Amino acid sequence: MFSKLAQPGRDAFAQPGRGAVSGLPVLHVHDVTVRFSDATVLEDVSFDLEAGCFLAVVGPNGGGKSTLIKVALGLVRPQSGHAALFGEAAGARPERVGYVPQLKTFDRTFPATALELVVTGLRRSWPARIRRAERERGVAALEQVGASQLERRPLARLSGGELQRVYLARALVRVPELVLLDEPAAGVDFLAEHDLHDLLEAYQEHTAALGRKATVVMITHDMSAARYHADKVLVLNRRLMAFGPPDEVLADEELRAAFGHRHHEHAVAP
Amino acid sequence: MALSLPFFQRAFMAGLLIAISSGLLGVFVVQRRLSFLGDGLAHAAFGGMGIGAFVIVSSGLVGSGLALLENPIWIAVPFSVLAALAIALLRNRTDLSSDTAIGVAFAVSVALGVMFFSLIPPDANLGVSVMDLLFGSILGVRAVDLVVIVVTTALAAVVLGAVWGKLAYATFDDELARADGVDSGGLELLLFLLAAVVIAVSSVVVGVILMAAYLVIPAASARLVASNLAQMTVLSVVFGVAATVAGLLLSFLLNVPSGSTIVLVQAALFVIAALVGRGATARRPAA
Repeated sequence: MFSKLAQPGRDAFAQPGRGAVSGLPVLHVHDVTVRFSDATVLEDVSFDLEAGCFLAVVGPNGGGKSTLIKVALGLVRPQSGHAALFGEAAGARPERVGYVPQLKTFDRTFPATALELVVTGLRRSWPARIRRAERERGVAALEQVGASQLERRPLARLSGGELQRVYLARALVRVPELVLLDEPAAGVDFLAEHDLHDLLEAYQEHTAALGRKATVVMITHDMSAARYHADKVLVLNRRLMAFGPPDEVLADEELRAAFGHRHHEHAVAP
Repeated sequence: MALSLPFFQRAFMAGLLIAISSGLLGVFVVQRRLSFLGDGLAHAAFGGMGIGAFVIVSSGLVGSGLALLENPIWIAVPFSVLAALAIALLRNRTDLSSDTAIGVAFAVSVALGVMFFSLIPPDANLGVSVMDLLFGSILGVRAVDLVVIVVTTALAAVVLGAVWGKLAYATFDDELARADGVDSGGLELLLFLLAAVVIAVSSVVVGVILMAAYLVIPAASARLVASNLAQMTVLSVVFGVAATVAGLLLSFLLNVPSGSTIVLVQAALFVIAALVGRGATARRPAA
């Protein structure tokens, strides 16, 4: 499914071993505390995430989930503790991370096409002119997320679901070793959440075939999706409440009730 | 023919160069919703000139050969740079929005300018009038002014050419750019400082009041018809240059003030761009 994304010899991921430190967790979070003004958003959060894992981060609104992602990206500096990616300081190797931000009201007056946004994932700057090789990889990434028809479409004219597919293509086009998604399905009906999980699992399989399975960290409110798709679940409510396999973490009815879980059917592919 | 007159040639060159530097900067000013920045920094230049004029007169330097007001740029530039730093500091260290921070700098600068100009004795010969500073005198551009404008335009073109991709990325989405290792805070400060220099130098020529038009109208017109940021940048410069050429020629033929004619031509181009852009939007298929 993702065969067109891999460009052996062109990106770090296609060369297993490059830049990696064997045995180190992909994401290492140690005693992280973050305060904004007077409010403590994260308090003494610690965990290690191994390569190839699909981690679902759940918890109530305001529980620090997005802040945790931003600490991992190096966007928020903790007051105490530290986070490391691939054994290096958070934010030191952005080219190895694919980030899908929360779908928000972005500036719709910015003149840009979907392909230009995808190409920022390759270039890490805005393209004045898209080179042929970049176009090929960008179009391939849009195809993988079912959005090839959006290539020349102005961003201002995309629906929420279409926009989220473009952001996902942008994150995956560089074939990252770690994909961080901040509530990618929130408020989006076009991109059904099971489609998103299928895409991410296919991406992990593709990268596994290349020699190193990608790690996925996704903030979600869908507990049944977390149970079905995730290898591990992290429950966050300012403090780390639970961390482990979904069957163990989500088995506690009281814990599930505390986080507002409601049962609902989850589409299971045959 | 007007173009054979040396003062008109200098005005032509100065106008074209200011159109280029303002057009390049204007794209980021408009997309970052900082249109008020042009007004704020131009008025900061006015405040700087007021302080400088008072210092020169009260220290007896008028007529000594060191009269800085013969070239007010040297006073306007550092004061505008200081104002830009103050605006950036207010934005980053307080909860104030850009418009509020710029509004504070704007008001303080005008008050300082008016205050210090009023303290200068009416019989002091400054070599420049307050009206010239407010409304500009593009036909009065001297060779030394032109040299400064050439250097400033080259600086703007080189710096913006070097950081265009990163600055555009941070303009689109600051958080996304920072996650990709872009120093968006540093780039914003660079944009402010560059704007301060270009605006101060240009406002001495086109006037404090009209400077914001150069910075905003061509870029806003370009936004109405461009489909991407690179196209918008090119069109912003093209519209600014076209308005300058047409405005100067019209002002010469009609014997009306050059600065205001240029701005009115910019406004005419804006209306045309709005009509063309609206037509193009109507023809596009629905998403």
